Amino acid sequence: MKVNKGMKMPIYLLKGGHIVDPANGVNRVGDILIRDDYIEAIDPQEIPEGAEIIDVSGKYVFPGLVDMHTHAREPGQEYKEDIESASLAAVAGGFTTIVTMANTNPPIDTADRITFIYDRSLTAHCRVYPVGAVSKGLEGEQLAELADMAQAGAVAFSDDGNTIADSELMRNALAYADQLDLPILVHEIDPTLAAGGQIHEGRVASLTGMRGIPAAAETAVIARDIDLLRLAGGRLHIQHITTAGAVELIRRAKEEGLPITCEVTPHHLTLTEEDVLESDFDPNFKMMPPLRTEEDIFALRESLRDGTIDAIATDHAPHALHEKDNPFDQTPFGVIGLETALSVVWTELVAKGIISAEDLVRLMAVNPAKILDLPAGTLSVGSYADITVFDPDARWKVDPKDFRSKSQNSPFIGRELTGRVAMTIVGGEIVFRK
Amino acid sequence: MSFGHKNLFGLKDLSADEILYLLDEAKAFRQILERDIKKVPTLRWLAVVNLFYEPSTRTRISFELAEKRLSAEVVNFSKSGSSVAKGESLRDTVNNILAMKVDMVVVRHSSVGAPQFIHRATGVPVINAGDGTNEHPTQALLDLYTIREKFGQFNGLKVVILGDIRHSRVARSNIWGLKKLGAKVVLCGPKTLLPPNPDVFGVEYTTDIEEALAGAQVVNVLRLQLERQQSGFIPSLREYRMFWGLTAERKKLLDPDHIIMHPGPLNRGVEIDPDVADDTDAVILEQVTNGVAVRMAVLYTLAQKLREA
Repeated sequence: MKVNKGMKMPIYLLKGGHIVDPANGVNRVGDILIRDDYIEAIDPQEIPEGAEIIDVSGKYVFPGLVDMHTHAREPGQEYKEDIESASLAAVAGGFTTIVTMANTNPPIDTADRITFIYDRSLTAHCRVYPVGAVSKGLEGEQLAELADMAQAGAVAFSDDGNTIADSELMRNALAYADQLDLPILVHEIDPTLAAGGQIHEGRVASLTGMRGIPAAAETAVIARDIDLLRLAGGRLHIQHITTAGAVELIRRAKEEGLPITCEVTPHHLTLTEEDVLESDFDPNFKMMPPLRTEEDIFALRESLRDGTIDAIATDHAPHALHEKDNPFDQTPFGVIGLETALSVVWTELVAKGIISAEDLVRLMAVNPAKILDLPAGTLSVGSYADITVFDPDARWKVDPKDFRSKSQNSPFIGRELTGRVAMTIVGGEIVFRK
Repeated sequence: MSFGHKNLFGLKDLSADEILYLLDEAKAFRQILERDIKKVPTLRWLAVVNLFYEPSTRTRISFELAEKRLSAEVVNFSKSGSSVAKGESLRDTVNNILAMKVDMVVVRHSSVGAPQFIHRATGVPVINAGDGTNEHPTQALLDLYTIREKFGQFNGLKVVILGDIRHSRVARSNIWGLKKLGAKVVLCGPKTLLPPNPDVFGVEYTTDIEEALAGAQVVNVLRLQLERQQSGFIPSLREYRMFWGLTAERKKLLDPDHIIMHPGPLNRGVEIDPDVADDTDAVILEQVTNGVAVRMAVLYTLAQKLREA
């Protein structure tokens, strides 16, 4: 995050907004007083002299959102994105904290590279926390120096992009990270079942003959890792789950009391394999894991409510225009999400009564912060003034020209959405204003 | 004119009437092929590029002859020896060719949806000459033409598509076409080479070749890509022939009034025995002849559409 050296920061009063702060059980209209980089008071008795009053009536005031799954592409692929541009996209989408994955080039697999991310985060408009690799070079063979990276500030470990196919390595990673009290975040797709796969192995794959990625590619690895968690201890977080079967496995593991959490992306909650067909194979509908089915969406949505799914994360995966401008099977997997996530979740889930605004804040701020032990996800007095002001009535159409990300590979281009970020405040500073 | 498309991406998109329209048009061109001078001046104004990103003998030559017999200007592109080897993208390659004032694209590509991609990128009419595993509409049209020549119509005909359905664009285009025209389609092959969800087509399927062939009027035998063995879909070519090869013995199960088809190239002694391929009930070379007429019909129809626009 950019540091505002020596400048005197204004005092702000966010007045008359609907505050949703599940961490403090607050869900009502109120005022928030911000001084320096922290929240000084909720509903202050007196307004300090010189305070700038910002009228946010008719809008929601959320703790700043936390994206626990961002590919900022720095170092190595700055033509797709860098930490600064990812942070611009983040704050435009209401995220005040992003957590960057380790599959850069070179990968973030040593303490000095963790430090590099923190150094580069001085260019960012939001808070940036790095995840370190589980294995050296993301090769899935030898453990990376997890303890050293933890000391340098890694908030979790992940070989995201790759599945840890070697069961013994996975077992040791869980055990080793356990002593550091950090979670392992896992990308769960059996590499042999998914080999050559382009889309979900379902109706569309059979219709077109495209190689599919079966649901079992996800559930087989999750089932193994739940067994390994029981064996090795530690904390396991399953990234971007997509199938009804995954939900069921995680639900049972939670019932058993295992320390397991999981996330889902906005696109897996709203799009299906049919969108690939209907778009005539638009590569902006191609990501790993792939878009699944209506039944999967139904199961995922149900478990947002009952707490089986802990978090909504973007898996923001920028790719340059020329890389996605090819026939479907020749393009890389991945879509961007930071700038559309909140509005898509609002439009498709909150506005339709599937989850509440409070659920949204829990899924997109409170829980990600809790899973990674980050100072975020709350509007408590004394906490960082990281705040998202959201206008639930704004209607807008997703236009790639408006993206602040360097890339435009969004499956939501052209969509009409309801609700939009009105203002984003990071550390008491207004970093985005619509 | 009862044809409502600017492109030919696949038979999935066409109505029964549109398919019959193309078959009727093809009939006229088929007669021209029997003349001494097999050429008409109809499309002198049209320039076509045949973009072949995958190897092909039959389809490429067939399109080229169809274009030349309609007097269109033809340019052939194949992946080897082109700038593709230097890393040029599909969009750039196509746009460069079109910049030389070419009106229509015929494309064979390993990617599903490549024809749609090219049309999106350029706006030029595109004829799909095979996109990955998805569709090969002109092959299916020539198969349909050949069936109609023999049986006059499609209603109630039992048509078996035999072999690697899972990876076959020929099978898919045939399924769409045959279903729309009222034939009874039965897919047959080893379970690993049927699509994982075979119900999506709404046709019958079985792994039992005897059951499939019983009383059928048409068998369309698909080429077995020899690399399917290395990829683990089948244990051996020997076993494939034993259980799914079309042999003289198995042919006895068919309706006495039947035809044997194959899109080529043949793996003699694997999916089809040599004596079966060469017997009088096999119409494999007639298919090839009809292919030229069918492609003339497609080119002519889309050229008319282009002119109207």
